[in-house]
Amino acid sequence: MEFKVALGPQHPALHEPISIRMTLDGEIIRDADLKLGYNHRGIEKLAESRTFIQNLYLTERICGICSFSHQTCYTQGVEKLMELVPARRGLYIRTLVCELERVHSHLLWLGVAGQEAGFESFFMYTWRDREVVMDILDWISGNRVHYSMNTFGGVRRDIDELQKKKILDTLGLLQQRTEFYLNLAASEPTFVGRLAGVGKLSKEQAIALCAVGPTLRASGVPMDVRKDDPYAVYDEVPFEVCTADSCDVLGRAVVRVKELIQSYRIIEFLLKNLPEGPFKVKAPRKVKENEVYSRYEAPRGENVHYIRSNGSDKPERLKVRAPTLANYAATIAMLKNGFIADIPLIFAAIDPCICCAERLVQLDDACSGERSVLTFSQLRAMANERYKKIDFRKKETAWPF
Amino acid sequence: MIERLVHWSRVKSPWVLHLNTGACNACDIEILAALMPRFDLERFGILLKGTPRHADVIICTGPVTRQNRDRVVRIYEQVPDPKFVVAVGACAMSGCVYRGSYNANLGVDQVLPVNAYIPGCPIRPDALIDGVVKLLNSLK
Repeated sequence: MEFKVALGPQHPALHEPISIRMTLDGEIIRDADLKLGYNHRGIEKLAESRTFIQNLYLTERICGICSFSHQTCYTQGVEKLMELVPARRGLYIRTLVCELERVHSHLLWLGVAGQEAGFESFFMYTWRDREVVMDILDWISGNRVHYSMNTFGGVRRDIDELQKKKILDTLGLLQQRTEFYLNLAASEPTFVGRLAGVGKLSKEQAIALCAVGPTLRASGVPMDVRKDDPYAVYDEVPFEVCTADSCDVLGRAVVRVKELIQSYRIIEFLLKNLPEGPFKVKAPRKVKENEVYSRYEAPRGENVHYIRSNGSDKPERLKVRAPTLANYAATIAMLKNGFIADIPLIFAAIDPCICCAERLVQLDDACSGERSVLTFSQLRAMANERYKKIDFRKKETAWPF
Repeated sequence: MIERLVHWSRVKSPWVLHLNTGACNACDIEILAALMPRFDLERFGILLKGTPRHADVIICTGPVTRQNRDRVVRIYEQVPDPKFVVAVGACAMSGCVYRGSYNANLGVDQVLPVNAYIPGCPIRPDALIDGVVKLLNSLK
């Protein structure tokens, strides 16, 4: 017998408000449906009423974990619109903060995955090491989470020799700990037993459902915006794209740990080859009429911003497509025919960031061309149409609800 | 006697419910970081709980979004008396950058009675510890 169970929006297994409606057959999930919108704050609309510089701080607050991703993606887009070439030293520092953010985000994810798998001490270990990265970010930018480092034409703060030396010293510790985690993820039997074979997503499925980031790379597809379409200084930095072939949650964990090691190498390279010169150039206040599409490899996958300007100091349109939204379709495919006890683990494996993904999306039905999101005026017209049909003068008219 | 015991245990070991009312995740992560080994909020007897029915203190992050509003009130009603609400972060206090949005309120105090405010965007874990200790002292 099949029955339906609702999970969320407030639920201990989920850290952010999202609702999953599941159709269950015993313990096995037959179908799943996601209900969104609990975290929708209307950022895209707000961005239209603020200047380009104010929007730097608004886009940062799209998400608290990958705040720098959204800010950099937006900054790169606006720099393209301004036809501005950023300072080279600024680009190096920007890339450095990108990688530091990736490190803190992946360590955070490892901890959460450990907790969902029932490995509490792993959770505590990774979060303890994450504090080291948070300290580095605090030294560089002055804040632990929203760094506000970007500005048009470079970054807002420089790095001095003392900071450089301090970062290089602490990197060794992180490297050592991450190698320990890589060993653990590959050899600890309880951890491997819990993660292996859970949330299968084949290579074909991953491509068909447009998965991004580590979810896609763990299914054996070597796709990374940093390699495919390099931004900032990634075309000068040597690094490898990490993949795994196991197509399950264990593969996603291994990909992330390998990416951590790559990130340490990138950080080391950037610090040792930091060019001299100014760290920012002056940017114009107004932006010419144009449109731009900006791509960025966030810790969770490809992040896309579309910006259209109309010649004033405010954007006409800002559209954000966060990586979590791209991964939702793949998540439902992973949940199907899995066990109910695996939900937190599968859901955590895409590293969901619900506040990132809460944008208004309009879906067009490919067959009938019908819209599934209605504008307010369409809704009002529909309501009027419906109420015209009801004759309220008749006594026996039933209340429509 | 029993009352004094209940009061003592409440002050010595408050159980906390973390409620995301539309935050950007930054405060949520910092709350978790405060519970981790570096800051260790648990040494004050504070325990993070999953269900509102076990909680004494609700930690709210974020301006309450329109879709979340009714759910937040429902969760508040599920918490047994006496209950305390802590508004964490600038947007839970006054809306922060989301002021003027069509879908966000101007803070948690528009919806729930708030006992303590902790400022910062996002809050630092040290600020959270300070705020929670002040709340606990005010209960004594």
